[in-house]
Amino acid sequence: MDFQVVVLAGGTSKNLTPLVSKEVPKPLLPVANRPVLYYVLHQLEQSNLKDLIVVVEGKDAALLVGGWISGTFVDRLHVEIAAVPEDIGSAGAIRAISHHLTANDILVVSGDLVSDVPPGAVAANHRRHDAVVTAMLCSVPISGPSESGSSGGKDKTKKPGRYNIIGLDPGKQFLLHIATGAEIEKDTRLQKRILRAVGEMEIRSDLMDAHMYAFKRSVLQEVLDRKDTLQSLKQDVLPYLVRSQLKSEALLNRIPRAEENGNEKVSSQNNQVMVSQILANASTPSFHDLCSVSHDGSAPIRKTHKCCAYIASSSSYCARLNSIQAFMDINRDVTGEADHLLSSISDHNNIVGPSTKLGTKTTVGPHCMLGEGSEMGDKCQVKRSVIGRHCRIGSHVKVVNSVVMNHVTIGDGCIIQGSVICSNVQLQERVVLKDCQVGAGFVVTAGSEYKGESLARKEK
Amino acid sequence: MDARRVTRAVPRVRQVGFFTPNAPPEQPGPVRSQSGPPNSNSPPLSGSPASNSLSPVMIPPPRHLSDNLGARTGAVPVPGRANAGDHATVGSYNPADSVLGLESPPPTRIGDGESSEETESSLGWYRRNNPAKFASSFPGGGFDLSPVKQPEIVSGVEAKNQPPEKNEVQKGQASSSKPSKAKTTKAERRALQESQRAAKAASKAEANKSGGGAASSKTVKQPSQKKDAPPVASSVATSERIGVDRPAEKERKKDVPPPRMQFDDESRVGKAKRRSVLNQTEARNSIELFRHLPPHKNGTQLPYLESKFFELHDKHPAVYKVGLQYLTGDLSGGNARCIAMLQAFQEAIRDYSTPPEKTLIRDLTSKIGGFVSFLIECRPLSMSMGNAIRFLKSRIAKLPPILSESEAKAALCSDIDRFINEKIVLADKVIVRHAATKIRDGDVLLTYGSSCVVEMILLYAHELGKQFRVVVVDSRPMLEGKKLLRRLVAKGLSCTYTHLNAISYIMHEVTRVLLGASSILSNGTVYSRVGTASVAMVAYAYRVPVLICCEAYKFHERVQLDSICFNELGDPDAIAKVPGRVDVNYLDNLSDKQKENLKLLNLKYDATPSDYISMIVTDYGMIPPTSVPVIVREYRKEYLLI
Repeated sequence: MDFQVVVLAGGTSKNLTPLVSKEVPKPLLPVANRPVLYYVLHQLEQSNLKDLIVVVEGKDAALLVGGWISGTFVDRLHVEIAAVPEDIGSAGAIRAISHHLTANDILVVSGDLVSDVPPGAVAANHRRHDAVVTAMLCSVPISGPSESGSSGGKDKTKKPGRYNIIGLDPGKQFLLHIATGAEIEKDTRLQKRILRAVGEMEIRSDLMDAHMYAFKRSVLQEVLDRKDTLQSLKQDVLPYLVRSQLKSEALLNRIPRAEENGNEKVSSQNNQVMVSQILANASTPSFHDLCSVSHDGSAPIRKTHKCCAYIASSSSYCARLNSIQAFMDINRDVTGEADHLLSSISDHNNIVGPSTKLGTKTTVGPHCMLGEGSEMGDKCQVKRSVIGRHCRIGSHVKVVNSVVMNHVTIGDGCIIQGSVICSNVQLQERVVLKDCQVGAGFVVTAGSEYKGESLARKEK
Repeated sequence: MDARRVTRAVPRVRQVGFFTPNAPPEQPGPVRSQSGPPNSNSPPLSGSPASNSLSPVMIPPPRHLSDNLGARTGAVPVPGRANAGDHATVGSYNPADSVLGLESPPPTRIGDGESSEETESSLGWYRRNNPAKFASSFPGGGFDLSPVKQPEIVSGVEAKNQPPEKNEVQKGQASSSKPSKAKTTKAERRALQESQRAAKAASKAEANKSGGGAASSKTVKQPSQKKDAPPVASSVATSERIGVDRPAEKERKKDVPPPRMQFDDESRVGKAKRRSVLNQTEARNSIELFRHLPPHKNGTQLPYLESKFFELHDKHPAVYKVGLQYLTGDLSGGNARCIAMLQAFQEAIRDYSTPPEKTLIRDLTSKIGGFVSFLIECRPLSMSMGNAIRFLKSRIAKLPPILSESEAKAALCSDIDRFINEKIVLADKVIVRHAATKIRDGDVLLTYGSSCVVEMILLYAHELGKQFRVVVVDSRPMLEGKKLLRRLVAKGLSCTYTHLNAISYIMHEVTRVLLGASSILSNGTVYSRVGTASVAMVAYAYRVPVLICCEAYKFHERVQLDSICFNELGDPDAIAKVPGRVDVNYLDNLSDKQKENLKLLNLKYDATPSDYISMIVTDYGMIPPTSVPVIVREYRKEYLLI
């Protein structure tokens, strides 16, 4: 279908500091005991997209990711790993691999997207409108009730940052305005020109940009070349394209047609014009066309390009792992309501690995996941939590709403609530954690109590 | 005897045709053939009371068991004359052959007798009859196989007599017997047809009575026999012809397009589902009369198709895009759809490379076929597109094999360009010239919907400086007229806009009606946007000339009398909802039970009878609707050779 897929896997994200580290870069962060990148790659594989470019920030991370991919998708996917320097932003990453891009259209997917929206839908919408960019929008995930109660002040400050103000045309096909959270705090400016052309704009804040884009390659490359200041696809490139859609500068959508005309003989040019006229008259005009045509109906006077939106249906699941809160939510959803994302099917609504050992009177509630090789002592309770592989959990331990990664040792009598505990952490006896993040390899001493803190080993 | 069983299973009408080929090899065949002639003789006898008396007798059972003939007699029991004839044959049997040989008509009668019996369709009789049929049918089969012999036998009137005799002599030889049978078969077929016609008159009740109700059966049979007689005479002559006709018929069959998918035929729909890219939705809640039409797909298919985007590699992106545009209704209008499709094919051909160990001609044809079926799933093709596809396929098939791949592709691309230029663009230009001569100063022209040719005509006439006014008639839900109106007004034409409801009012002031067409069928029927027929009819009533403007590539050899058997269903919701008018959306919020009572019908096309059409303006000039077949005939030749 002439599409190239670029997965922007990221590297060590600052938003997720205690969770990600040099050893565990963001793409490998386990979600329900699978690296988050798995969900994207799996989704792409399902859609029959087997040639991928995965862009990772940092060479070490790239090696790790590459190793994991080649181990997991041995011969199923054909993946090229590209390592780019850190902190060059998503636009910079695309710039860096620009010379690899050859197809007409490019699908850019963020590596931290956990979704069941078929990428084909975005691509199809893109093709249908012959758009320059098509962005997938999905409804903002609602944090579960348990979350809203327990989420600390930290999360609240982050929340506004995830909002987008998005303007759509009445048909919900075109993107008229997009502003990310940071800009909203100032006044938001709508363009009069666009408003006038469309006549009506629907402004929504319940949608979020899922960071799955289809770009027209030629336009994307030209924009990136010309504007060195553009850093991020989401915050710079997309708003730029949306803003300039009626006075396109890069704008190539007319050029191919011109080329065609040039190739034809002069005599037949007239006919070509007539054919294109017939086609144009028969198709439903978008406001771009109406706007670009001067009032006497003669040749187009302004170049335009189309920015489309694909709105994922509300029944589909779509979330981005870009904060600790989101990490918790996704873990919970993937084991719970969105469990179709995991290909494994279990009869009960929890997933317990084959070689786990449970002590007597230990209960594992619904929406839980226990990795293989984990051992639990007597009288433990696990609710809505994910526990990784080869964990050793003592008796009288309570784990609620938490994520426990691999090789974690938890002593007797610990109570863990709403927390994330990374790999190789050691919790000694009677530790009480509430809304904490514990970085990899950390040792929590016996009897300590923490609330809403992030614990990590100090980097030397 | 095997044959008998088979026949029962097969529908009655077919039996004759089916059996004939098989029969000849069998020995019984010849015997029966002999019996055939006697039977033919029998009709004369039938008049005699003796024959009647015979019929009630037990004769039938034995025969029926042993011989086909017997079976026939079994059927005879009805006192009616026809039956009598049969009995006579039974009784006379061999002797009849020799004696009867003189009478030429008899052979046909045999057929008649059988046919009439069949038509009676009385259950009891029926079975018995079947064997009789076989007998008759067998000879026919033999005949078919040896067409060469026929001419000799048939040539003279007397010849008829001879063949039966020959048969007697050569009984052993199946071949000899065949010729005589042949005659009978032909006759039988005719007889069958006629008798069936007669049978229609007969009610089922009669059939049931068959055992006892002789009277009713008689009435049926008699007429059939009479009818049969004339055909018998001719049958000889026709039998000769058969050999010649056959091949021609076969060719004709090839030409005939395969029957259209009937969406109320469950088994076929099931098969189609398995094949199709899109998942077909059940045609629920549609009007009974239109259930055979493909259900409208937009709402349900779009998300599915979108999600499958990357899985359809074999569909070229250009084709996919066009399909999507059809599906969403972004692109409509016969010419535009056709051009878009051809251009997509052109692109697909440019990007095409023959896979190893395949030939371009075959592989490309199947590839195009795949594209076409994909497009059909998105939206049914218009007839004009069917013509274009046929053109393209014939071009591919006729590519000289010497050409290299790149040459072949270039040739095809230029062919497509030429088709677009000559058949659409140039044709439009010619039509515009022609039609513009019919526009005079002071005219008021009415058009319906949005036809690109009509638009061009109007603009051209305006450029010529003619003074006229345009009435654009439009209708929900498409409201295509508005787009046309916008463009016309932009060019400075003075326009009136009204909806179809007001057509009878506005028609007073109109002097000419210009309409476009999706297709013109060979009986002069114009197949066009729904509503066209009403416009044409009103215009006819007001004695306003109706000019149909249509390119010749849209002509089709099909004949259609109504807009039911072939049509397209639009989105039913489109007529139920009026966008932007919340106050009239009474149909929203119906409960499920209420919805069951509601059936929405959004037809896209209708057929305008040729009576209402004054003239068709096409690229071959201005013609009356009666001349369409001529264009179809001449034009098809041309564009296949292009």
